[in-house]
Amino acid sequence: MELIAFYLFAAMTVASALGVITLKNPVHAVLCLVLTFFSTACLFLLLQAEFLGVVLVLVYVGAVMVLFLFVVMMLDINTVPLREGFARYLPVAGLVAGLMFVQMLVMMGVTTGKRDVAFAAADPAAAAGFSNLEWIGRTLFSGYIFPFEVAAVLLTVAILAAVMLTLRRRVGTRHQDPAKQSAVRREDRVRLVKMAAEVRREEGDA
Amino acid sequence: MITLAHFLTLGAVLFALSVAGIIINRKNVIVLLMCIELMLLAVNINFVAFSRFLGDVHGQIFVFFILTVAAAEAAIGLAILVALFRNRGTINVAELNSMKG
Repeated sequence: MELIAFYLFAAMTVASALGVITLKNPVHAVLCLVLTFFSTACLFLLLQAEFLGVVLVLVYVGAVMVLFLFVVMMLDINTVPLREGFARYLPVAGLVAGLMFVQMLVMMGVTTGKRDVAFAAADPAAAAGFSNLEWIGRTLFSGYIFPFEVAAVLLTVAILAAVMLTLRRRVGTRHQDPAKQSAVRREDRVRLVKMAAEVRREEGDA
Repeated sequence: MITLAHFLTLGAVLFALSVAGIIINRKNVIVLLMCIELMLLAVNINFVAFSRFLGDVHGQIFVFFILTVAAAEAAIGLAILVALFRNRGTINVAELNSMKG
């Protein structure tokens, strides 16, 4: 039963990954990538990594892929010149990918049958007496608290960098500058002029 | 019975596919970024599979950090892409040659 589910999700993952690299339309490619992430999240659930599966759907499908979709739709790109050399590089790509695949299998000991070991029947988190979330959280917030904080700082820096990279001031448009608005003083706006009183002239006097 | 080798093979397939994608789509920066995301995903699959196999939580912690870094990388990469498109009007890698690299 588990094996059937694995083959189903793995086939979905590989097929949609193929779609990502071959589809002409970038919007379709992004949607394929969403499907890839989603089926991988299902595989994570199959591996009893519930937290990471949910995070993958929330963070990747919910945020990163939507960002990709925004950018792809915002930039009205002409796909034809971007596809040149597609057929020319296909044999090279197939060769490199195939060699790399075989090398990885050999390196990780899959070909020798060394890795044909079934997973332990018990969920490792349950064996430790926790839920998956508690298992990760206990480690993350004790031994890994410093890397966790660094990751938080990294995300803040990434937000600021992304905003600063895309922020622009168009010349000629009207906009408010709150800093200037709040820094203004009375002397900048009001000028009191001292002048002598004038004698009022009657109508028709001139 | 589902074994570790199944997941390792899947990770290797995904990684090889994304390498092929980088080679055949070398003109399109958006697809290149997506292929990098795919590579990180392949690595994550290996991490989670080994974490489950060894009963070790540290593999999953690593995946957590990889996801964080990948999200930051995607945000900055896309921001650079938008700035590039505004300034040059193209995202074709072949036309980005102002640095004569």
